Amino acid sequence: MPDAVTLKTAGGRASGPSGPKPKRIISPRNIMLYGILFVAAAYYLLPLYVMMVTSLKGMPEIRLGNIFSPPVEITFEPWVKAWATACTGLNCDGLSRGFWNSVRITVPSVIISIAIASVNGYALANWRFKGSEVFFSILVVGAFIPYQVMIYPIVIVLREIGVYGSLTGLIIVHSIFGMPILTLLFRNYFASLPQELFKAARIDGAGFWQIFLKIMLPMSLPIFVVAMILQVTGIWNDFLFGVVFTRPEYYPMTVQLNNIVNSVQGVKEYNVNMAATILTGLVPLVVYFVSGRLFVRGIAAGAVKG
Amino acid sequence: MTGQAKAGRPNQLLRNLNSKIASIPMILTALVIFLGGTTWTVVYSFTNSKLLPRLSFVGLEQYRRLWAAPRWIVSIENLAIYGVLSLIFSLVIGFVLAALMDQKIRFENTFRTIFLYPFALSFIVTGLVWQWILNPEFGIQSVIRSLGWTSFSFNPLYTPEIVIYGILIAALWQGTGLVMCLMLAGLRGIDEDIWKAARVDGIPMWKTYLFIVIPMMRPVFITTLVIIASGIVKVYDLVVAQTSGGPGIASEVPAKYVFDYMFLAQNLGQGFAASTMMLLTVAIIIIPWAYLEFGGRKRA
Repeated sequence: MPDAVTLKTAGGRASGPSGPKPKRIISPRNIMLYGILFVAAAYYLLPLYVMMVTSLKGMPEIRLGNIFSPPVEITFEPWVKAWATACTGLNCDGLSRGFWNSVRITVPSVIISIAIASVNGYALANWRFKGSEVFFSILVVGAFIPYQVMIYPIVIVLREIGVYGSLTGLIIVHSIFGMPILTLLFRNYFASLPQELFKAARIDGAGFWQIFLKIMLPMSLPIFVVAMILQVTGIWNDFLFGVVFTRPEYYPMTVQLNNIVNSVQGVKEYNVNMAATILTGLVPLVVYFVSGRLFVRGIAAGAVKG
Repeated sequence: MTGQAKAGRPNQLLRNLNSKIASIPMILTALVIFLGGTTWTVVYSFTNSKLLPRLSFVGLEQYRRLWAAPRWIVSIENLAIYGVLSLIFSLVIGFVLAALMDQKIRFENTFRTIFLYPFALSFIVTGLVWQWILNPEFGIQSVIRSLGWTSFSFNPLYTPEIVIYGILIAALWQGTGLVMCLMLAGLRGIDEDIWKAARVDGIPMWKTYLFIVIPMMRPVFITTLVIIASGIVKVYDLVVAQTSGGPGIASEVPAKYVFDYMFLAQNLGQGFAASTMMLLTVAIIIIPWAYLEFGGRKRA
């Protein structure tokens, strides 16, 4: 009997409250929490899923089934058609034309806008001159002006220079409108670098360009990547400037996509449309998934404009 | 300083010359495009320019015609409904998602990646996907009807009264991830000790959020508000892709009005007047904010 008593007390002490209360993984709170998060995640993923599934079905299957059901017979024909033979107006060479136009627009625009903005941000951070902050303030406030207000004057300016309707004109426009946010990004970054570095280089006799190329550039790779992510997605996704400033043969991918999907003539081929939509979204999506945390940093930087 | 000593006393304009050269694109953009272009449009909004811009002033005639046009009124109404609702919903949804993500959950990165990816997509892609999902013949409506609820009706894109809500759904899908990210960054900036103090005092979690954390995040909320609001005024691509302004003129927005009058209807004066109204709307949002943010800080 005494043995049993001691055993009981000993057992009671061992299972009694000692140390922190272990967290239960399945608690009502956690079920609620993860439940909401999973439902939200499903809602956000749904359109991507529907796009994928629709693009892999044949038209007869789409007419019969519902948009959420997975394809019974997977076909890649819509993708091929969207890329190579879908028609916009008289051209029937698919989205490939728009894709290459977008590449030819995005690559030089990204390079030029970043080159201008990085040098400019560096000048604003380290080589201020009288009035530099005034111009910068106008630039940043200008970022909030609706594009519609400035479009027509730009059309006139581009027409005067003789580049209205060409890829060059559009590249200039992208460089202009990328300037406020990029300049802000680079200015803040260069201002956050230790001033001693700059001063030491000055004492050693280095000039404007020398300091920029040999000291600032090697230290600012991350911010260049952030700027690139911001610009590649921004310019690739642009629609308004593409419509306004180029002729149909130079239309970027987004404009061509809209023309293919929303054309009124012919039978609607929903699978081809969805394949074309995914193809257009593919570039920014790849940039997004590859860049991960840097993308978040880029939009956070973009968000603090003004 | 060294440069100055070497060259003697240089011209004031040549001081810091490289920096000025580097700033030429910015100065040109700021003065010619942003200041000059805006002024130009505002000035020409008082003329009766048709196919080409002409300086023959007609006073406020274009504005009178603008506010008499049913299509403009519809555009403004749509913008108001869309604007107010997307502000409220994106702030609420964004904040709730951020608060949930802030509970030290597992797979945080996965969830964030999922919530944010629509933001990487263009409005055109967004509009076209939701056009397909909301398609009455094949989309949500037909799926739910095929499940047996045959009288179910959800067809926003072809119903003039509710078409703007169809656009709102798509816009929220695209943009709430960004709001969530900004809010999450704000929540992470809140001192851990505040949470501990609130817990010691026995304040329930929702009260801590509502009365302590949210007031502390005021700057984040204001920044987010300004970003969403200036995006709302610009909304254009989404409408073009999803409904092209239809059915009829039911989902027109001001930005589309401007574009159509400038480049399709060749009635430049109307386009200029409409775009000046857009500028005015943005100014009403931005100026008080800039005044509070920057004017207040300087005085403090």
